[in-house]
Amino acid sequence: MAVSEDAIQGSGAEPRASLIELLKRMQETHGCLSQEVLTKVAAETGLPLSKIYGVATFYTLLTTRPKGRYRIFFCKNAPCHVRGARRVLEAIVEYLGVQPGETTPDGLFTLELTSCLGLCAVAPAMMVGDDVYGNLTPQKAMAILEDYRTRERNEHAWS
Amino acid sequence: MSMRGPKRHLLIPIDPYTLSKGAERVKAALDKALALSNLTDTVRVVETGTVGHHEHGVLLIVYPDGVVYGDVTVDNIPQIVREHLQENRVVEGLVVRDVRIGPFDTRARRVEKQVRLVLRNVGLIDPESIEDYIAHEGYEAAARALTSLSPEQVLETVKASGIQGRGGAGFPTGVKWSFAAREKAPQKYIVCNADEGEPGTFKDRLILEGDPHSVLEGMLLAGYAVGATKGYVYIRGEYRMSIARMRKAIDQARSKGLLGRNILGSGFDFDVEVREGAGAYICGEETALLESMEGKRGEPRNKPPFPPQAGLWGMPTVVNNVETLANIPLIVKNGASWYRQFGTPTCPGTKVFTLVGNIVSPGLIEVPMGITLREVIFDIGHGIPRGRGFLFAQTGGTTGGILAAGELDVPMAYDTLRQVGSGLGSGALLVVDDSNCVVDLVQNFVEFFNHESCGKCTLCREGTGRLLEILHRLTSGQGDPRDIDLIRRLSVNMKRAAFCGLGQAAPTPILGALQRFEEIFREHAESHTCRAGVCRMRAEVAA
Ligand SMILES: Cc1cc2nc3c(=O)[nH]c(=O)nc-3n(C[C@H](O)[C@H](O)[C@H](O)COP(=O)(O)O)c2cc1C
Ligand code: SF4
Ligand code: FES
Repeated sequence: MAVSEDAIQGSGAEPRASLIELLKRMQETHGCLSQEVLTKVAAETGLPLSKIYGVATFYTLLTTRPKGRYRIFFCKNAPCHVRGARRVLEAIVEYLGVQPGETTPDGLFTLELTSCLGLCAVAPAMMVGDDVYGNLTPQKAMAILEDYRTRERNEHAWS
Repeated sequence: MSMRGPKRHLLIPIDPYTLSKGAERVKAALDKALALSNLTDTVRVVETGTVGHHEHGVLLIVYPDGVVYGDVTVDNIPQIVREHLQENRVVEGLVVRDVRIGPFDTRARRVEKQVRLVLRNVGLIDPESIEDYIAHEGYEAAARALTSLSPEQVLETVKASGIQGRGGAGFPTGVKWSFAAREKAPQKYIVCNADEGEPGTFKDRLILEGDPHSVLEGMLLAGYAVGATKGYVYIRGEYRMSIARMRKAIDQARSKGLLGRNILGSGFDFDVEVREGAGAYICGEETALLESMEGKRGEPRNKPPFPPQAGLWGMPTVVNNVETLANIPLIVKNGASWYRQFGTPTCPGTKVFTLVGNIVSPGLIEVPMGITLREVIFDIGHGIPRGRGFLFAQTGGTTGGILAAGELDVPMAYDTLRQVGSGLGSGALLVVDDSNCVVDLVQNFVEFFNHESCGKCTLCREGTGRLLEILHRLTSGQGDPRDIDLIRRLSVNMKRAAFCGLGQAAPTPILGALQRFEEIFREHAESHTCRAGVCRMRAEVAA
């Protein structure tokens, strides 16, 4: 994927404006911002690799490591916490057998903690990929994840 | 939404949550049912922005009847169409009564104390239609300002209105604008801060998704007042729908000549672009936001110079919150004294709050400044569920202060809350019941700060880590009486010496909790017990 210098250096007064957006696009195409990808961005933009790496590791939506097929964003901020998020998270950790930050061995789920998703009116809340779930209980959360598993299995069975 | 043509409108609020509850299928079923009943000429279905009441699933609002149906599913559609739309009988079993949308107050209980200025259109108009916004007097303020007011007059009106910024600090908006207006520079910028990372806060998202043009019009007026020709909306990357709606609104405004060159023939140029965030709470801090917009790590800058002097790319820049900007068209259209009839003399206007935590009716409300906490929690939010007692409330998100039961009658305004060591912050209002433990919650706050600290200065980077260690000791039964003093000293130092607002505000809830609930901290530290039974004491387990 060719990266035009213009996209990042911009013109005149506004250099580097879209480095973050460029990294986002690279991540979409390559899955994650591996060292290889970042080196390529550095080579093609002329920006130092250290600077690019600094940006890539600063933001939660950018990631330098590969993720599972579904990213689970679980909120544990106070509004979710006071409505029982901890017990839900414990159930998810047990169900998946991985800690926050880790990916399940089958590569299906990556469990991630996130800041408030703006769904506090239906706290506790989480997102799985782009799907939103609220009013979670331990049982409900496990049923939701089980659903993704089943769907995945069926897709494999049919393909 | 014009009232000519269709006689009734069915409003469906669309947001990520209602979509997950099947709002799209409900809308499709409605379209089909209306076609089958030959009602398409008299009834129009409108997708609106969210109204912030998620506890009722998919909502369906019948306008102008003022009836709000909740938890609507595809199966309810035939009944609603037949009974309500054809036979004019309300389907009582599906009506929800604790939701207020737009002007409908006939059936809602939580109405009386609310005043909807900022949220005037939210849930009522189609946010993807500029025509709808214009039909609701949108862009009237801009038209009037550009054709018959000078920039100075606009600035004076905003100054005289006394509006204070709604992003947290409450700085007078007119004063901020006048700093930028005074500067001479080849380029000035207006930046709308839509980063909204504060836990418990989602008001800006609901404004962006429910009424994006009111924010654009506010930016346009700000640009005119200070002489800026370029604006950016910096939106939190997670807010996919906000980003899409705002982009669409910008395109529409451009195609109607309300953005771009020579707007309404006035000779004034102004254009707006969306910038996406990438997930970092600190990027809500205005100088970190500017760094991020320049493509860098979002680390706060030294102040001064303040952004109105030297902001984006070193140029004078006004950074304003979404809610602040959404107020501006109303102020310019109706005048400063009109605005001052709402709120208190020292803190005019309304405030949008998100009511979250242990509360019967969570969601989005707008109330006049000066309302008491008690009124908000018990009259509007209907109190605390499951018969539990009130432990404390936190105003202003995770960086906000703590208010105990004895402080329920403090008026909610910037100045009055400051007197009790709190603030309005971003407008999150977290209610906590007595099944919770205050030490456990303080640990939760500190986890947040520790995670979100940008790492630039030692006091905050190391301080939040140390605080977390100490609190972890307390909540796991490893505490020591000296820990309480340690927490206090560390907090006071952070407050004094941290580089930016995050590190300076992080101690606010910690010190507030310590001051009001010291005996609970002592129980954890000295006798290793948690009266709420929340903290799992290792000592207890061993005993
Ligand atoms: C850590 C931190 C996070 C902040 N987050 C936000 C935010 O998400 N949205 C916002 O409008 N202001 C936020 N602010 C306040 C901004 O720095 C700034 O004061 C505000 O955008 C100014 O707009 P106003 O004058 O309209 O309130 C934050 C401040 C700090 C210190
Ligand atoms: S106080 Fe915290 S967030 Fe602010 S500059 Fe220091 S480390 Fe960064
Ligand atoms: S605190 Fe969890 S979604 Fe807001």
